[in-house]
Amino acid sequence: MLRQASRLLARRPILAARTRAFSTDLSAADQTADAAFADAWNKVIPNMDPPKTPLSFMQPRPPTPSSIPSKLTVNFVLPYASELATKEIDMVIVPATTGQMGVLPGHVATIAELKPGVLSVHEGNEVTKYFVSSGFVFIHANSFADIIAVEAVPLDRLDANLVQKGLAEFTSKLSSATTDLEKAETQIGVDVHSALNSALTG
Amino acid sequence: MAMAALRREGRRFAPLISPRPITAVRSSPIAPTYEDEGPIGVRYISTQVVRNRMKSVKNIQKITKAMKMVAASKLRAVQTKTENSRGLWQPFTALLGDLPSVDVKKSVVVTISSDKGLCGGINSTAVKISKGIRKLNSGPEKETKYVVLGEKAKAQLIRDSKKDIELIITELQKNPLNYTQVSVLADEILKNVEFDALRIVFNKFQSVVSFLPTVSTVLSPEIVEREAESGGKLGDLDNYEIEGGETKGEILQNLVEFQFSCVMFNAVLENACSEQGARMSAMDSSSRNAGDMLDRLTLTYNRTRQASITTELIEIISGASALEG
Repeated sequence: MLRQASRLLARRPILAARTRAFSTDLSAADQTADAAFADAWNKVIPNMDPPKTPLSFMQPRPPTPSSIPSKLTVNFVLPYASELATKEIDMVIVPATTGQMGVLPGHVATIAELKPGVLSVHEGNEVTKYFVSSGFVFIHANSFADIIAVEAVPLDRLDANLVQKGLAEFTSKLSSATTDLEKAETQIGVDVHSALNSALTG
Repeated sequence: MAMAALRREGRRFAPLISPRPITAVRSSPIAPTYEDEGPIGVRYISTQVVRNRMKSVKNIQKITKAMKMVAASKLRAVQTKTENSRGLWQPFTALLGDLPSVDVKKSVVVTISSDKGLCGGINSTAVKISKGIRKLNSGPEKETKYVVLGEKAKAQLIRDSKKDIELIITELQKNPLNYTQVSVLADEILKNVEFDALRIVFNKFQSVVSFLPTVSTVLSPEIVEREAESGGKLGDLDNYEIEGGETKGEILQNLVEFQFSCVMFNAVLENACSEQGARMSAMDSSSRNAGDMLDRLTLTYNRTRQASITTELIEIISGASALEG
């Protein structure tokens, strides 16, 4: 109820205190949720300060512009590093479960799951390719793309021999697998290795 | 306390009530010294007790200084990992927002704490916040369960909320923290615990001296759908096209599980960082206190020593003048 009321009020978003590499949108609705939580907390536990929530550690993201921007801003994150942080590029091709998907500025807002495959980032004339194990990609209406992958390596770090060996190993394991769990695990191994194979050759 | 010291030393003690020139020193609370009667009636004051105490305080100071150095080096190692992992949860919050005050029936509080002690107050704050969240979510038909990571929170929560604890996980940091370990952990939690909303309570590492207790909320797919339909922050979720998968529910399920493991990974790393930082500052203040105590003891020791020298001189001189006169 509070959230609906605040949307009508359209308050200006307040910038978060900490500056970060990313910029996200702390809209009016987010502010009220934070305030509602803080109020509820203070009523029940008056002696302690309320804990912080993730919203206070993020920067607001720009709202959807009226015209299509010229560049796509991409955040490519892994558990161990942020490969690309708010980098402005022309296009990115992601290996979604439905196939290779090209993302250009002004792409419709999408949530897509990734399968093992090659991710390529196109900036001007440069193309950087990564092999991605799996993850998610969120494309927002304001031409921001978030790619979250579990593991990503540049293609030149892959060893073709090991890929072949792994593929052979998992294929043989798949044919000898008995339980459903084993079958699922070996199937995943086969999928990943054949994707690696096609990435190296294709 | 002086009597106990005497008894420990196994020496005779002179009655402390008789006034002697060294009464001033004896009344010092830190350094109980005492007199003894020597074989030819020479009185001397023993500084043994003070010396022992000084030695132990100096050892404590060395130990705490070493612990601070160890914590500093561990902090350096974890800090880079933590800062690199900070980008991981931001896309999820950008997409799904953060609704800490969402109204759910079953909420599960995941409290992250350390296994080892001597790290200041961070574990107590985490437990206090968890209990606060539980109180916040109390009401008819609502229940809150705990999942505890770390020995310290386990010790505190078992005392009064034993029946509400679903899972206890300890020895998290035996091997260096990595995403695989945390995702296995997240899998276990998701398999065994029913939840509408998961609230992860941890200490976020802001700087070496500042740790902010934080709560991250992860909603189950059903609640995400419910909130999306009812409008508000998640209302925009319907505008997103879903690529792949047969149903939106399937993708949401995977999304929620992935979000949980990413948020857990960041939370565990931040907590580890906060633990090392808190330990550094605790050990630092402890070595500073030990240094102050050592200074005070040194002054007392010197006063006692000089007093005994003065007493000896007085006795010798008065003895000599008695012989002459």
